[in-house]
Order: sequence, then C-alpha cells, then structure tokens
Amino acid sequence: MQFMLLFSRQGKLRLQKWYVPLSDKEKKKITRELVQTVLARKPKMCSFLEWRDLKIVYKRYASLYFCCAIEDQDNELITLEIIHRYVELLDKYFGSVCELDIIFNFEKAYFILDEFLLGGEVQETSKKNVLKAIEQADLLQEVRS
Amino acid sequence: MPAVSKGDGMRGLAVFISDIRNWLGNTWLGGCRRSANHRSGPAKALGELMTWWTLYSRLMCKSKEAEIKRINKELANIRSKFKGDKALDGYSKKKYVCKLLFIFLLGHDIDFGHMEAVNLLSSNRYTEKQIGYLFISVLVNSNSELIRLINNAIKNDLASRNPTFMGLALHCIANVGSREMAEAFAGEIPKILVAGDTMDSAKQSAALCLLRLYRTSPHLVPTGDWASRVVHLLNDQHLGVVTAATSLITTLAQKNPEEFKTSVSLAVSRLSRIVTSASTDLQDYTYYFVPAPWLSVKLLRLLQCYPPPDPAVRGRLTECLETILNKAQEPPKSKKVQHSNAKNAVLFEAISLIIHHDSEPNLLVRACNQLGQFLQHRETNLRYLALESMCALASSEFSHEAVKTHIETVIAALKTERDVSVRQRAVDLLYAMCDRSNAQQIVAEMLSYLETADYSIREEIVLKVAILAEKYAVDYTWYVDTILNLIRVAGDYVSEEVWYRVIQIVINRDDVQGYAAKTVFESLQAPACHENLVKVGGYILGEFGNLIAGDPRSSPLVQFNLLHSKFHLCSVPTRALLLSTYIKFVNLFPEVKPTIQDVLRSDSQLRNADAELQQRAVEYLRLSTVASTDILATVLEEMPPFPERESSILAKLKKKKGPGTVMGLEEGKRERGPDINGGPEPAPASATSTPSPSADLLGLGAVPPAPAGPPPSSGGLLVDVFSDSPSAVAPLAPGSEDNFARFVCKNNGVLFENQLLQIGLKSEFRQNLGRMFIFYGNKTSTQFLNFTPTLICSDDLQANLSLQTKPVDPTVDGGAQVQQVVNIECVSDFTEAPVLNIQFRYGGTFQNVSVKLPITLNKFFQPTEMASQDFFQRWKQLSSPQQEVQNIFKAKHPMDTEITKAKIIGFGSALLEEVDPNPANFVGAGIIHTRTTQIGCLLRLEPNLQAQMYRLTLRTSKETVSQRLCALLSEQF
Repeated sequence: MQFMLLFSRQGKLRLQKWYVPLSDKEKKKITRELVQTVLARKPKMCSFLEWRDLKIVYKRYASLYFCCAIEDQDNELITLEIIHRYVELLDKYFGSVCELDIIFNFEKAYFILDEFLLGGEVQETSKKNVLKAIEQADLLQEVRS
Repeated sequence: MPAVSKGDGMRGLAVFISDIRNWLGNTWLGGCRRSANHRSGPAKALGELMTWWTLYSRLMCKSKEAEIKRINKELANIRSKFKGDKALDGYSKKKYVCKLLFIFLLGHDIDFGHMEAVNLLSSNRYTEKQIGYLFISVLVNSNSELIRLINNAIKNDLASRNPTFMGLALHCIANVGSREMAEAFAGEIPKILVAGDTMDSAKQSAALCLLRLYRTSPHLVPTGDWASRVVHLLNDQHLGVVTAATSLITTLAQKNPEEFKTSVSLAVSRLSRIVTSASTDLQDYTYYFVPAPWLSVKLLRLLQCYPPPDPAVRGRLTECLETILNKAQEPPKSKKVQHSNAKNAVLFEAISLIIHHDSEPNLLVRACNQLGQFLQHRETNLRYLALESMCALASSEFSHEAVKTHIETVIAALKTERDVSVRQRAVDLLYAMCDRSNAQQIVAEMLSYLETADYSIREEIVLKVAILAEKYAVDYTWYVDTILNLIRVAGDYVSEEVWYRVIQIVINRDDVQGYAAKTVFESLQAPACHENLVKVGGYILGEFGNLIAGDPRSSPLVQFNLLHSKFHLCSVPTRALLLSTYIKFVNLFPEVKPTIQDVLRSDSQLRNADAELQQRAVEYLRLSTVASTDILATVLEEMPPFPERESSILAKLKKKKGPGTVMGLEEGKRERGPDINGGPEPAPASATSTPSPSADLLGLGAVPPAPAGPPPSSGGLLVDVFSDSPSAVAPLAPGSEDNFARFVCKNNGVLFENQLLQIGLKSEFRQNLGRMFIFYGNKTSTQFLNFTPTLICSDDLQANLSLQTKPVDPTVDGGAQVQQVVNIECVSDFTEAPVLNIQFRYGGTFQNVSVKLPITLNKFFQPTEMASQDFFQRWKQLSSPQQEVQNIFKAKHPMDTEITKAKIIGFGSALLEEVDPNPANFVGAGIIHTRTTQIGCLLRLEPNLQAQMYRLTLRTSKETVSQRLCALLSEQF
C-alpha cells in the first residue's frame, strides 16, 4: 500500500498515512486530486478505480471516506477488508467510533493504524492482538502519569 | 480499552459534547454492532476533548482568511512558548507538539517544533515519547543534525529491552524509512528479527521495518545469513509473525529468487493448512468465517514470484487451488459482504497465481468459468474485478478461446454498466481478447461505444481502436475506413500519433494509396469535417492525389478546390500543411499551377500575420515560378517510406497506461512457436484481397495491389536464431524474392522487416552509377551489438557490378536508425543480385538475416523518347533471334492501364504514346548504361484482357540484356 487517507464528505482530511517518500507539495496535490475524484463518485459505483499508475480502493463509512492507494499487483478486495478491519478496530477501541473521535484522538487513530499496518503491509490481523497492544500502552500511560 | 468511567456530575458537559458531535459529524462509523449507552471513549478524556474542541472551534472559522489568522496566532503562541526563557516541562512540550500536529493535520504547514519533538523521544514517560515519535513520523524532516539525534534515540530504545519502547522505535523506522535510517539500522534489525528471545510483536515490526528499508535503499540491506532463518518464520506458531514475514520474503524474493526459493514449499504447506482448516480453527485469525484471508493472499502472492514448483509440491498446490475454486461454489457461510469479499479476495489471488503459472489448462479454464459467473454478478466490485482478471486470462493460450466466449457479455457491459470505471475495464478486456477472428466486431463495437463514451476515456479508446485496426487489418482499406471513422466520431480525441500513423501506413503500403486518396476525397465532401480529417486529407491528396486525378469528378482542380474550401476554417498548423499540399499539387498537376500560384500570391497568404504561413507562401510561390519541372519533381518527390519502429500509438498508449497493460497484450498474445523472436503475424492478405464493392464508387477502377508479395512487415520468419556459427550466412529470408520484385519498378521502400529489425531503402541512379541508402532501424528498446551488415556478390557478379560501402557502427541503440551508403557502378550487364547479410547480437541471441538487395539491371536505364517511325525502324533492326526475347504469361494482378503505364515508367524506360497502332498495347524505349557500353532497348507489352494474359517482347542489342529485362519485367504484371 502506498498511502491511506481519511477524509470527510466535505473534503476535510482527517488522517493521512504515507508509506512512500513524497514531498509535502506532492502529498497535497495527490490529496486534493483524490478527494475530488472520490467525492464525485456516486454511491452505487464500484469501490475501485485506476488513478495514475495506482489502484484506489475506497469505502465510505457514515460521513468518512477511507481511501487506500495500492499497487498494480495488490489485491483490491483484501484492501477493502483492510479498511473494514481498521474501522472495526477503531470502533472497538472508541466504542462506536465517529468522525469526531478521529479528529480529537488522532494520535490514537495513528497508533492503532501502526499496530495493524506497518510500512504499508498488514502486520497483525487479529483484532485481539492489536487492541491488546494499544491497551497495554494506555495502561502504561495511566500508571506513569 | 481505556477504563475511565463517566462522572455523574458532568452531565451538562456531556450534553454540550453531544451537541458538538451533532454539529460535527458524530455519525457512528461502525456497521456491525451498536452500543449507544456505553461510550467509554469520549468520556475517558472529557477534559482533553474540551481542550481540543476549544482549539478546533477557535481555528475553524467561517472564512479562510480568518482561519489562517487564528492559526497564525496559535502558532505564534506556541513558538513563543518554545523560545521562552522558562524551560518547558515534558507535559507542556508534549501538549504543544501535539497541538502543532493537530494544526498540521488540519492542513496547515508546520515548520518548527521538530527539536522539541526530538527532545520528547528521550523522555521516560511513555505518552511523551509516543507523541514525539508520532510527530517525527508524520512530519519527517531531513535536517541532518536532527536525524542524528533521532537515530540516537531510536538506538537507545531498541537496546532498552522494554518491549513497548522497542515497538515505538521500530514503528518509527518503518514509518520514516529514510536512507539515513537504513544506514544506521540495516545491520541491527535482521538480528532482532531472527533472535530466539525476541517477542512476537517485535518480530512482526522488525520484519516490516526491514521491508520498508529494503524498499527505499535496497543496496543498504544486503541479504545475509539471516535469509534462511527468515524463510523459516513461515513455519512460526504465531500467525501474525507469519503474516509480516511473508510480506518481507515476497519483496526480497522478487530480487533474489535463488536465496529464498526454499520459501515455496513452506508457503505451499502453510497455505494448504489454512485452506483445509475449519473456520474456527484459527480463532481470531478467522475473518467472517474465512480462515486467515490476509495471510492466504500474501502466500499466494509470494508463490507468484516463482515458476510452478517441483511435481511433489505442485500436486499439493494444485489441491489448494482446487479447494479454493471449489469453495467459491459453496453456499456462503454468512450474508455479510465482508465474508464474500474475504473469500473472493483469496479466490482472485489464486486465479492470479493460476494465470502466472499458465501451465494447467484445467485450472485456467475453471478460473475463466468462475470469472464468467462474476461477470453477471450483482456486486459491481466483482464485475469490475472479473473484467480485470479476464484481461490477464485472455493472454494465455490455454484460456484465450474460453475468454472469447464471453464477448457478448462484455459488449453488453460496455453498453449497460453505469460506472465508467467498469466500462473502462470492459474496453480493456475487449482489447485484450481481440484477435484476427473477432477484430472486426470488436472494433465496430468500440467505435459505436465511442459515440457516447465518457470524455475521460475517449482518447484511450481512440488509441486502442487505432492499434487494433492496424494490428488486425487483413485488408488495409478497412484500416483506412476505421481511422477515418475515428476522426469523424471523435475527431477531438484523435491525437497526432493516430493521424501521423495512418499517413505513415498509407505511405509505406502502395496497395492502399489509391483507396486512401479516394476515401479521404469522399470524406472531405462532408459540409463539416473535423480538422484532423483536413490534415489527413491534405497530406494524402498531396502525395497520392494523382492516383484519382484521372476521374473528372476528382480532377486536380476539383481536389484543390475541395481542400481550399476548408482552408480558411483551419488553424495555422493545418493551413501550413495545406500550403505544402498545394506546392505538391504544382508538381503533380502542372495544369493547376496558375490557380495555386494565384492563391499563394494573394495578400492573405503573402502578407499573413503568421510568420510560418507567410514564409511558406513566399517560398512555395518562388519555387513554383523559378524551378524547372525536373527540379520540382526532385524537391517535391513522393515521401520516402517511414522507418518502421515501434508504433507511435502503441508507445503513447504505454505511456498513458504504464507498461503493464499494453505489454501484457503485446508479449502475452504472441503465439508460441519455435521462433523465439515471435513469428511475425501471418501475412496480411492485402495483396490478394478483392477491393470492396464501394471501391468503385468513383469509377476509378480499383487500385490493384502493388507487385506480388506480402507487404514488408510480413517478411516471414527471417531470423535464424539457432545458428551458432556467426560467420555462416543465413539462407535467404523467405519472402525475400517477393520483396525484391517490388523494388524492380521503384527505388524507395521497406525491404525487410521482422520483430527486431527494419531495413529501408532509398536509392538513386544516373547512367551507369547509383547510390543506395540503406536504413537499419532497431525496432526494439534494446541495443544491437556487433551489428555487421555485409554485401555479398558472387564472383560473376563482382566482375560486372562494383559496390563500395563503409562499415557501420557496430552498436545500434534501441529505437535508433543507422544509415549505410552503397556506391554502385554497373560495369557490364548482370543477372544476379547482391545479397545483404546482417548479423548482430540482440539480448544474448545471435541474429543472422539475409535478403536480396534490389540492384537490378533496369536501374541503369535512361529513357529515350522517339516517334513512331523511329521506333519501328529500330524495332526491325533488332530482329535477329538472339536479340529478341518474348514471354507470354498470365496476369497476376488486375489488368489496369494506368498502373501498367506507371510500372513501365518505374522500370526505367520511356513510355511511348501513340506509337503502337493498337492503342491497348504499351511500348517503351531506353538505353541501359554500363561502364563500357550502352545498350539500346525496346519493349512492347500486349495485354489480352479476355484471356487475362500478356505478351512481353524485348529487343536489345545484347542477348543477355534482353533476357534479363524480360525476366524482370514479366514478374511485374
């Protein structure tokens, strides 16, 4: 996976994760272009599209779009389920997650993502194991502070 | 789960927060289960949330300017805190660094705070460290001093043996993955990965860390003795470790397949255990009743780095693949889309592997049938993927036919799919499944789709149609029609490459020139035609307008008026092109010269504001006034054939789509044969095709095809790849004789062409001397090495024909063309032809090609005009039996007067009109020049239309000359 973007229906970027080195300018350009492209699509359309030399896999959850860019040989359907598993993880952690949780607890959203996906590859698919790691860290936080 | 309970006394605040939520997107994202009453998340950090909310509402203002103003104020505040005299404590530092991150994530630039973030890395408090690492990961900075500090902090955390700290450090390396990090940690991480006492989670992170470093700086991550131990992680108890390791191994194996080949059998046995496991066996690694879908996909992907394994392993793998295909037919275990997605993700990856191996016809056909079912599935995603996967199947010889059976469904998809990206896939698949048998249907469907196609994909469809029309043209009239249709339907999307290409093809193929001239002439009659058509029309009529000028309906003046009626509506480049057409007309049709000169002389040309147009008008006018007919004829000679390289359209499509898609078609569909260079396509039957009924619309008589033989691109299997003695001269390429015959009456053209090499000729002769330019074009993107063309003459020939040339540069770059000049002198008359042998190395294989070089006796002809009386007087003088040679033969081509005349002139003799009492006969006269003598030649050709026969009589002063000329000319009709 080359990058993952979360943005709202209004086009506000909520989370960005880049797995390839790109300049800030390039990142902004890509984001602008993709947000526009994805928001223009109608609800019943297919979740995949070709964009530059990448494949875009996206899915909308309530007001948030989750959008991943994968390479030519990568599997679209499993990427769709990566998105779903990430939403499940957020949901389980925050308890019925909503866009606001991701805005205000962005650091948690990042930490959960890092436990699940690292360097653009799936690191751990077990929901239990990912959440265990995050909870341990939270525990550490409680104890120390 | 964070366990902070909601305080009772905070009800008011909770209401307030719920208001904010309502206002700002509190819609629950989850789709599986709802527990509205128990929301530990927001409550746990109510205070924190309030802070964020204040910040957020302060920052997000109605107008952009106000927002930026607020943000700048906030940034100034943070900056002053960082610069302040009072040292900040860890908590405040964390708070401000976190605020900076927040502002950055709202979309604003942050150019400070890195140092404070780096300071946080060495904190002992986990949360401070964590925020520090997050800032570094999100806002990567290349300041070298900072990098040194960051690397130091990472080093300490890696050595700390504290698993959470180690985790953070590894995540940071994987997130940043810079070159400096690769330099610092490429040695350390493999050790962590394979050490016996490393925790599972650290192993997982280390594997993916190493993968990231390898991707950014492969040379800094040499695979070492750890390779085999990494492979054994595929056997690990912990499925998370296996998942991470599989990604690493896949990437490394792509570059070093040998070092990781033991992974194949391990991957197969792991996969086998997963696909045969019950859905509950793998506990938390089962996803919606599908056992370990992510790992399965990764293992199948790893196997695609290798060819099919040894028989023992192969049997087991085939079982796995069959199981996966079987499961697709079972009723679903859940109605949830996640279940079907995960199951089908594995299925599609399995099909990719089957296609990659391309060795089991049974599996390929099953895969094709499965995809066929998906083509009509109600899920758009599945239809999309099925179309995509089928593209790959279409290039396998085992399944190409099976894919073709779905053509109607795919065409229906093109017409009915509501999503443009799905229709795009349908276009791709039609392109991939196209072959000689269905090209006409597919091109027709694409053309009709083009009329309503989305603007975003029109250009690509235009390119595809142009390529298919060219590639599968059995009949080049169809090709010309198709391209003109393209311009009519989607003129705006017809790029330069496409219309350049149709012109190149028409110029290189003399069998289609008359038809092309007639067709563009007809198309131009339309009251409104696209400018691209005017360009093509202008160019083609300028070159070949003479081929239709015999008909009063398309007389030179009519052609000119038609073109000129479009002139004023066209853009400057097109007008410039038309001016060139006009000057070509001056040469082709002397009768319209005054009209054209008037146009050139008009103020709107001579004083045109555009410098290019003005210059052309001035120069062409002058040229038409001062130059003699000979000079005009030389300057405005017909264009020489274009060197044949890779089709420019194909190059454009590749550029547009990235190499994958198009190469798939080009490389994949190549028929497998003994010739490893890929046999050229079977000869297009253009030479024997009968003109379509429409060809006679103008009553011009169909333009009969050029002299016998397939067109140059189908020179046959010319390359002797298996020859291992470079000195041996390859036998003459098949088809060489036919090609040779084509050059008897013309001097320029493509002599030879295969997949690698194209040889073009351009030659000129005067009296007994000649000069030939041989152009060698490298059609590939790879260099030719030791490129050595040699001219070979028999002893006999050497005595009569002197050839001189210089060696050419032994390397020919991909796509490049080299030129060789041969100086020729005819010493005495000769019968044989020299052989051109070319030897070179292409990508390790030795290539050896021989063709006959068309230097024939008639090239040294000088035409002689003479009156009827003189002709018959000389005819009688040359009446001894040795001087006359006669041949009666059957016509091989349609018997067309104009063509015959053109050939006699091309042969080199003068064509004498009104000499023979029978106007149907042709007579010619000329002198063959050799160094020592000149030989007068007379010829007479008597066609018999009823019998479709010719009688050709040659009388010259020398028997061998009569024989040779008669033999050469007889082959032409």
